[in-house]
Amino acid sequence: MNAEVRNIKTPAEQALVSAYEGVRAALPGKGAVAALREEAFNRFDANGLPHRRVEEWKYTDLRALMREALPLAAPPDAAAKAKAKDAGKIFASLNCRRLVFIDGAFVPEASDLTPEPGLTIGAMADALAKGDTLVSARVGQVFETDDAAVALNTSLMSDGAVIHVAAGTVLERPIHLVFASGETPSAAFIRSLIVVEKDAQAIIAESHESNVSQVNCALEMVIGDGATVDYYKATQTRGLHVASLLLTVGAKAAVNTFALNSDASLVRNQSFVRFAGEGSTGGLRGVNLLRGKEHVDTTMLIEHAAGHCASREQFKSVLDDSGHNVFQGKIVVKPHAQKTDTKMMTRVLLLSDEAEADNKPELEIFADDVVCGHGATAGALDPNLKFYLMSRGIDDKQAEALLIQAFIGETVEEISHEGFREAIMRAALDWLETRG
Amino acid sequence: MLLEIKNLHVEVADKKILNGLNLTIEKGQVAAIMGPNGSGKSTFSYVLAGKDAYNITEGDILLDGESILELAPDERAAKGIFLAFQYPVEVPGVATMTFLRTALNAQRKLRGEGEYSTPDFIKLVRETSAKLGVSQEHLRRAVNVGFSGGEKKRNEILQMAILQPRLAILDETDSGLDIDALKIVSEGVNRLRSPERSMIVITHYQRLLNYIVPDVVHVMSKGRVVKSGGKELALELEAKGYAQYTDEAA
Amino acid sequence: MPAVQETVDRVRQIDVDQYKYGFVTDVESEKAPIGLSEDTVRYISAKKNEPAWMLEWRLEAFKRWLTMREPTWARVDYPKIDYQNAYYYSAPKKKPELSSLDEVDPQILETYKKLGIPLREQEMLAGVVRKDADGNVLAERRVAVDAVFDSVSVATTFKEELKRAGVIFMPMSEAIQQHPELVRKYLGSVVPTTDNFFATLNSAVFSDGSFVYVPPGVRCPMELSTYFRINEANTGQFERTLIIADKGAYVSYLEGCTAPMRDENQLHAAVVELVTHDDAEIKYSTVQNWYPGDADGKGGIFNFVTKRGDCRGKNSKISWTQVETGSAITWKYPSCILRGDGSRGEFYSIAISNGMQQVDSGTKMIHLGKNTTSRIISKGISAGKSNNTYRGLVTAHRKATGARNFTNCDSLLIGDQCGAHTVPYIEAKNSSAVFEHEASTSKISEDMLFYCRSRGMSAEEATALVVNGFVKDVLQQLPMEFAVEAQNLISISLEGSVG
Repeated sequence: MNAEVRNIKTPAEQALVSAYEGVRAALPGKGAVAALREEAFNRFDANGLPHRRVEEWKYTDLRALMREALPLAAPPDAAAKAKAKDAGKIFASLNCRRLVFIDGAFVPEASDLTPEPGLTIGAMADALAKGDTLVSARVGQVFETDDAAVALNTSLMSDGAVIHVAAGTVLERPIHLVFASGETPSAAFIRSLIVVEKDAQAIIAESHESNVSQVNCALEMVIGDGATVDYYKATQTRGLHVASLLLTVGAKAAVNTFALNSDASLVRNQSFVRFAGEGSTGGLRGVNLLRGKEHVDTTMLIEHAAGHCASREQFKSVLDDSGHNVFQGKIVVKPHAQKTDTKMMTRVLLLSDEAEADNKPELEIFADDVVCGHGATAGALDPNLKFYLMSRGIDDKQAEALLIQAFIGETVEEISHEGFREAIMRAALDWLETRG
Repeated sequence: MLLEIKNLHVEVADKKILNGLNLTIEKGQVAAIMGPNGSGKSTFSYVLAGKDAYNITEGDILLDGESILELAPDERAAKGIFLAFQYPVEVPGVATMTFLRTALNAQRKLRGEGEYSTPDFIKLVRETSAKLGVSQEHLRRAVNVGFSGGEKKRNEILQMAILQPRLAILDETDSGLDIDALKIVSEGVNRLRSPERSMIVITHYQRLLNYIVPDVVHVMSKGRVVKSGGKELALELEAKGYAQYTDEAA
Repeated sequence: MPAVQETVDRVRQIDVDQYKYGFVTDVESEKAPIGLSEDTVRYISAKKNEPAWMLEWRLEAFKRWLTMREPTWARVDYPKIDYQNAYYYSAPKKKPELSSLDEVDPQILETYKKLGIPLREQEMLAGVVRKDADGNVLAERRVAVDAVFDSVSVATTFKEELKRAGVIFMPMSEAIQQHPELVRKYLGSVVPTTDNFFATLNSAVFSDGSFVYVPPGVRCPMELSTYFRINEANTGQFERTLIIADKGAYVSYLEGCTAPMRDENQLHAAVVELVTHDDAEIKYSTVQNWYPGDADGKGGIFNFVTKRGDCRGKNSKISWTQVETGSAITWKYPSCILRGDGSRGEFYSIAISNGMQQVDSGTKMIHLGKNTTSRIISKGISAGKSNNTYRGLVTAHRKATGARNFTNCDSLLIGDQCGAHTVPYIEAKNSSAVFEHEASTSKISEDMLFYCRSRGMSAEEATALVVNGFVKDVLQQLPMEFAVEAQNLISISLEGSVG
């Protein structure tokens, strides 16, 4: 019975409700923002944490997985700020503009705020508190969804980045949002907004690392007509990490995203992407490397609301030990979005009998002149290939490593930016080297 | 006079392809249409066969003195127009034999003729395919699926031999054929020459015309016929190229 | 006459609506009182003169059903069904015992004749010479037929010959009387009474259906077939089919369904259970052509069917082939539980939707045994304003080492008002599983249509030909008679979708 009325809250749900009630008055933003929070909170209060009966969360039962809710993070102390300069190592070799966040709070003194024409950077907490017009025009409105994790984020959002790239601006350097955690296990609700105006170009990277904290982050991104955005996200977190990308793409724009999850305990990466203007292209890709009891869930909703757009989705996952990988990808082609061209491909490499791969690629098509497809495979390493390598004197582990490298390399190679491509491949190789 | 094209103007996606084309084809005549790439030859063949997406802005096409512009492709086929495609389309899952029979009987019905009985039809196909060197195995395979370039072109000629059109349009039938395949296909076409059947042979190169000798040659450039002459015109084009005509038309 | 030509002719012969089976047969019937209660269940059981254990089984199911809710997860949208405003049992009035076909109401025989079902053995024995596309004479085939009219099986042919081979083929109601040990052993063993809302309802009120048992080592000497016909207005049909292939046995079973055109919706909630023991094989083919409703979506059958096969023995095989053209709503997932080591499941499907039809259909391949394999080929065609969803599950459990699946799921769209959806769930729980899944959705090719039309075919003929080509891989899985019928149906179903 799937429609039973549920009024018993789990301890985690109770803790979240009282956390909200406790800080409600102190949260940044009044008026419309407060109303938005209240409405989202009521939704959460009514439905609770998402669970396996909620189709989109079928394989990641957050209600069961989240046994407790950690207290909301306190402002970072001096020690945490001092340590922050070492964070975000994965992209450290690239010449990026670093913006540092500890337990979700912006740390200006650790961030690079050198002025650049056409670029405006701010902290979400300030923007909400001051009633910044960019934020009030966009926040909660980029992609409307009744997703529970997004609702929870909207209720409790405290800080994050606000980035505006003016029309025609080509950013000099990639922006690297560095998210790190303090020593005390805590919960953070991070909300960011990135608006890349018409014909502008930007590269945005995010790295997440943490101890046993619970992070719920949401990024709303608006890509204007003719704009080009690359977005990289590397997640190497202990504890719980739930990330939502809410993205709207204008006409004749190009967006490429890449997500790496390695040594991440429990991750839900969900994307809501709308192609709202004609003639745009999108590439959504990623690599997941799992071992131990790690659980990584990649869920995406790609909505083609305008015609003549092409999207490519490609994800590779390598599962060792009891790793559990989930991929749910839904492509929706709205009526009149003719000439849509999509291809979604997911491949899973199973290295252990204890591993589990759940795959759900979905097509929902309401326009007829389209070419849409998806493919999904799951299987072990090809024993013939392994034997071939071993017959040439390569040992067992090394042969496997080479084959895994080739497997994920195919997707990593799609990254056009050389620096990020190398950084991500290096992180993948690090994972392989530490494979027991 | 079988076919008369009068001042035909055609646009595709707002781009003008044919600009006042005039042409007549006599009964039993084999006419070659030559021209550089982009001169509108293939558009012309599709417009004759009645493909959608071509916007006829001016002019007319008359078959036996009657306009065919309003006729659907199948109605034109029933009137005896046949297009041998430059790139024959693959139709997965449909056996060539089934395709041929469906087409033949559909045309016969539109003309008010009786359908072929199964044994008669099989006899007809067996005899015709043997002459063209098309194997029984090919007839069982899906239409054009997995066929080589030569096999596809041979399949077009087989269809033409079965459907017995009054006006056959051969669109770049020589493209993609080696010399042996070209000979087989040409022989097939020549066997079908008759005082009752006209042909329009569209080609970029003179080579094909060594095998299918035309009665007349028309040169097309920028969507018009810019010169007409005897078969020697083809040789002249081979020697001098198309440049003079493209300049003239410009 | 080529099949396509024939279908087009038939389309033209049919009046306004393309559904050719929409007539009503005027026969006297006796019905249970309207509505559903424990009394209804008792009434049905009493009418069938059932033993106590059967009534108990039904009542258990009914109690369970009262606690259940109608599922809502499928992509189908229909007005709420009033379960109290329908008849759950309707039988043509007849003499208590029929000794031969001659005693069957001639009206009913006429109905089956209209449907093109060769019920009379004489006709069958006379045989009709059939030819394939190349004109070769096909070997004569004989098919044993069980005809179910509303809730009751009216006639079964070839009983004697089957009996000699040891094959039991009879209405479920007779099997309950004559082979209670087999029925008790297998009924509900694949689809338990608690399985789902519609299956549980069926368990409570099923009226008849077919029962087949093929003993060890026997290859059933002919194809078995059941034709289901809903005739009575406002009546639900709940048939129950149970097929058992014992060790090393083989049987091919065909199912066809039609219903009159009526303005109101009628519920059809069947359950089919298949069991194969070691090295046995069941091939189950369906041509589903229930009345789909009119162009505005008025009327039509609500088809909520639970079909499941249990490959219980090692190296056993179950193959489902379905051609779904009818019904206003289709909710149907013929599945295979691959329990025996080395067992194999297959699902071949053509689902066509036109007008306002809604189809949510697919399969489940549940790999439990070692080295089990499965194959799914699904071809969906959406036209008109219809919605057509493929929903499938492939799962390999921890111990199902060496599990293999290949899935191919293609959708074709005809017109810009329809929807095509694909929802596969693919779950691998051990490293030696190898799953491959591919899906595509595209428009019917304009180039192909033009090519066909330039050869003289009309828009309808061209569409029918291209679609028949698209579904060929599945059509090939059907026995010849069914393949021809299916091909015709496809063309008829697509009428009005072009031009």
